[in-house]
Amino acid sequence: MQTGDPVIESLVDEFDFLGDWEERYRYLIEMGRALEPLKPDEHCDANKVQGCVSQVWLVLGKDGEGKLLIRGDSDAHIVKGLVALLIRLYAGRSPAEATAIDAREVLARIGLGEHLSPQRSNGLASMVARIRSWAGEG
Amino acid sequence: MTALARTASGFDVAAIRAQFPILSREVHGRPLVYLDSAASAQKPEAVIDALGDVWRGSYANVHRGLHTLANETTEAFEGTRGKLAAFLGASWPEEIVLTRGTTEAINLVAAGIGHGLREGDEIILSQMEHHSNIVPWHFLRERNGVVIRWVPVTDEGVLDLEAYEALFTSRTKFVALTHMSNVLGTLNDAKGLTEIAHRHGVPILLDGSQAAVHGPVDVSAIGCDFYAITGHKLYGPNATGALYAKGDWLERLPAFMGGGEMIAEVSEEGVVYAAPPHKFEAGTPAIADVIALGTALDWMGAHVTPEALAHEHALAEAATAGLKAIDGIRILGTAPGKGPILSFVVENAHAHDIAQLMDRYGVAVRAGHHCAHPLMKRFGVTASVRASFAVYNTAEEVDAFLDALRRAREFLI
Repeated sequence: MQTGDPVIESLVDEFDFLGDWEERYRYLIEMGRALEPLKPDEHCDANKVQGCVSQVWLVLGKDGEGKLLIRGDSDAHIVKGLVALLIRLYAGRSPAEATAIDAREVLARIGLGEHLSPQRSNGLASMVARIRSWAGEG
Repeated sequence: MTALARTASGFDVAAIRAQFPILSREVHGRPLVYLDSAASAQKPEAVIDALGDVWRGSYANVHRGLHTLANETTEAFEGTRGKLAAFLGASWPEEIVLTRGTTEAINLVAAGIGHGLREGDEIILSQMEHHSNIVPWHFLRERNGVVIRWVPVTDEGVLDLEAYEALFTSRTKFVALTHMSNVLGTLNDAKGLTEIAHRHGVPILLDGSQAAVHGPVDVSAIGCDFYAITGHKLYGPNATGALYAKGDWLERLPAFMGGGEMIAEVSEEGVVYAAPPHKFEAGTPAIADVIALGTALDWMGAHVTPEALAHEHALAEAATAGLKAIDGIRILGTAPGKGPILSFVVENAHAHDIAQLMDRYGVAVRAGHHCAHPLMKRFGVTASVRASFAVYNTAEEVDAFLDALRRAREFLI
């Protein structure tokens, strides 16, 4: 179902190009560093995602056409990279497109699947749940 | 410092390690370096075998049967109570309640003490407590209006004894403090803390979760009213542990949980409780696990010698010295005589990142708040990395730890 999605395919291509886990982690961390910083007042409790050992904030919105706007931040480098990855994956999509995405499968395809198992405490599953529920709220 | 120098006392760490099957496994293609024993210790073969031996050789429910297996199992089960009494220096086995760990032990005491407390009564805790010695007392704050007063922790990570003494008022009803901080490694002066509490006529509980792992405990010499330990940190099975209660405390405290095994007589009109400690042991216990805890205590008696304890302290000291040579590291807890528990934060890197990367290099360390939110707040951090050492760790593992930390740090900074 997800094959052929240009965003997903380009992510897979980028990570395929990388070698071992160190390169993939470095790339992920770079993605996080490139994120547009949040405004100070956006680091508020309302934007905070529960269930993460590190602190994670997601600022969710929709544009005039109802497509998802997402920005985010974390105080941990790897988790911030995961935030950036989710933004790449979900931003600009319609709610229907967003809820159709299987983030677990995408992460597995780019060799980061271990991050979405529920016992991991980095809260990626919580972030995905937050985005999906926002997308579903019309 | 070489491995040889550190084991000059003749302590043979290789012989210890050989008894822990899990320590020979790999993680991410590298030899496992397990530095999270303060969270839970790995288990020696003797303990693993003991569990199987119970189920294979002699298992039945305890305390109620008249057949051979029931008698054998009861004898082995009660044998652990005797070993716990000896391990802690209690006067007799009846001062020991078998619990699922420190958490249950403290909940039992808090619930019992709470029955007699009224709004405005005060309890003293410290800023370095584990949540298991905080939340049960918050229950009393929520339910009875009890006021919790906090012993401050100095920058070094030591309890401020003057401030402690000053917290006592005519309303102070109970003191509950840790014997060793699970974050800072600080070994508190159990006897001194107890003497101060008793001078004010207030009973005291000590949380021995960490202290009992890293040195002998003698509750009779300390003089405390209660002492709580957990089996899984003592190289034993999960969901085992004990509460020591001095003298007639168990007579005075009300029962905690109701059920089978804790009664003498039940009728439609009422209950006659079993004599303590059984009054506090409702339901069928973790029989095999408790018996294997006895094996773990035997194992500690044979192997956790003064030389072994000196060994784990030497490892922690070597790791501390190594940390100090790395830029941008802040160590939390620098008390003299501290236990082999080493917490630190890395400038510009989240503890979570560090632990996740170190895992990739085969090194298991803890990252987070370590169930000690008030202490984290005291030191102005949201999380720290913690490396903790046990008798089975080696000098080579200290080197691997420092190497993995350097690489993780370079990765992030």
